[in-house]
Amino acid sequence: MDALLDLLKKNARESDATLAKQLATTEEDIRARIAAFEKEGVIRGFQAVLNTDRLESTDVRAVIELRIRPEREGGFDRVATRISKFPQVESMYLMSGGYDLLLFVKGKSLQEVANFVSARLAPLDGVLSTATHFMLKTYKDQGVLMESEPHDDRLQVCP
Amino acid sequence: MTTASKSAHDFVAPHVRSLPKSGIRDFFDIVAGRKDVISLGIGEPDFQTPWHIREKAIESIERGATRYTSNLGAPELRQALAQYMRHSFHADYDWNTEILVTVGVSEAFDLAIRAILSPGDEVLYHEPCFVAYAPLIRMAHGVPVAVETYRKDDFRLTVAELEKKVTPRTRALLINFPNNPTGATLNREDTEALADFAIRHDLILISDEVYSELTYEGGRFSMAAIERLRDRLIFLNGFSKAWSMTGFRLGYACAPAPLTDAMMKIHQFGMMCASSTSQIAGLEALRHGDNDIAEMRSSYHLRRNFIVSSLNEMGLDCFMPRGAFYVFPSIQSTGLSSKDFALRLLNEYSVACVPGSAFGPCGSGFLRCAYATGMDQLKEAMDRMATFVKSL
Repeated sequence: MDALLDLLKKNARESDATLAKQLATTEEDIRARIAAFEKEGVIRGFQAVLNTDRLESTDVRAVIELRIRPEREGGFDRVATRISKFPQVESMYLMSGGYDLLLFVKGKSLQEVANFVSARLAPLDGVLSTATHFMLKTYKDQGVLMESEPHDDRLQVCP
Repeated sequence: MTTASKSAHDFVAPHVRSLPKSGIRDFFDIVAGRKDVISLGIGEPDFQTPWHIREKAIESIERGATRYTSNLGAPELRQALAQYMRHSFHADYDWNTEILVTVGVSEAFDLAIRAILSPGDEVLYHEPCFVAYAPLIRMAHGVPVAVETYRKDDFRLTVAELEKKVTPRTRALLINFPNNPTGATLNREDTEALADFAIRHDLILISDEVYSELTYEGGRFSMAAIERLRDRLIFLNGFSKAWSMTGFRLGYACAPAPLTDAMMKIHQFGMMCASSTSQIAGLEALRHGDNDIAEMRSSYHLRRNFIVSSLNEMGLDCFMPRGAFYVFPSIQSTGLSSKDFALRLLNEYSVACVPGSAFGPCGSGFLRCAYATGMDQLKEAMDRMATFVKSL
């Protein structure tokens, strides 16, 4: 991956000045490159990685496996695009194997997610079956451990 | 019962009593216990040991692989090391007779020195350098002879300086590149010139290349790749820096069979073998750890760019080192001694660096800053240091 993208993936809040020093270039160059990535659609946004288990929130998350019927023109894309537009769907992927679409869905309660599946997803034309799994605990999200390993226990000065 | 009995102090052998304490240790005592300090004084990677290596070690304990290994080290590990030496250093060593697995590079160095020195033999080594070399040479009843390296040469070791110090009693030349504390590396001409020097004066060359995996832009030039040195080279390396495995204490020496055998004799009586768990972890690192090195190297590389740029920006002259994870800026422009600079930086701004003088007299006027520390800490440390320098 591009070195700048790699750094932004690790910390999107890194200042332009620091990025410039690390990559031995100027701040202007950094800003121009980020703008170009955004224009090309390579960078689609910047978000915080949260440990939602630590928030006082009753939101529930579920993973839903969906089997859908491919269409003569466009395969899975038309149905998939429709499904991806629901705001409840946080992430969605086309998969190989026993099902076709994998959805990460968020709702205010178990009931809300269940309703979404039964009232919105299942009746959609082309959806053959759904399997819903509720998430219980997050251990790691986007490469970030939710509980850090005890880190700097090194001696403070050593040869 | 009338003669005065000895005190505990008197029982300490004179040559041990006369050993100076490490300058780093002094500084450690001052820093120890202070919680607010950002330390750039740590000569140890900040990365956790890669998980697959730790996991392999755990698994080996679970299945009970906790016995002595061969004195030389587990055969599979030595075979993997022979292969690694071929691929990474273009050097052929017979796994069965020319490779010895040790408890860290420090033990390997101690064995090498004890295997070759007779009392009074002189060993050339370059300063500024790792703090253990001269004391270990003394413990082996040798005479350490320091050769200076200079900022004007980017702290590379030159034959001109060596020629000033070599005598008929010189037995060995010890080198350590990439270097702790300066980060200096050698280029091809340097390694060839040092090889010629060693041959011309009929010396054994001991090359501690523990930072060899951490070199940036441009090749790494190892003494092991120089064929004509083969009969007089003891090559030392380890797992601590490449795979962030310091606490595993795992190193190795490669040398012609008679020298390996001599080191093994001392090792078998003194140490028996390196920890079996560590050896299994090391084997895992060699087999599946290429990506770990690549990732850590690239992270160090970015931090080095950052810290060198920041130091120069605040007016501290700092050359761009191409190896290890240290920078060695000059603080002469501030008018302070390196010890005073480090003490005030610590007391007033809670940033710990090691005074260059801890690594030999010619390190005076410099500071060792290790960048084996996360970017957030590095940034904060550089901000504080800039404020301090400005206030002077």
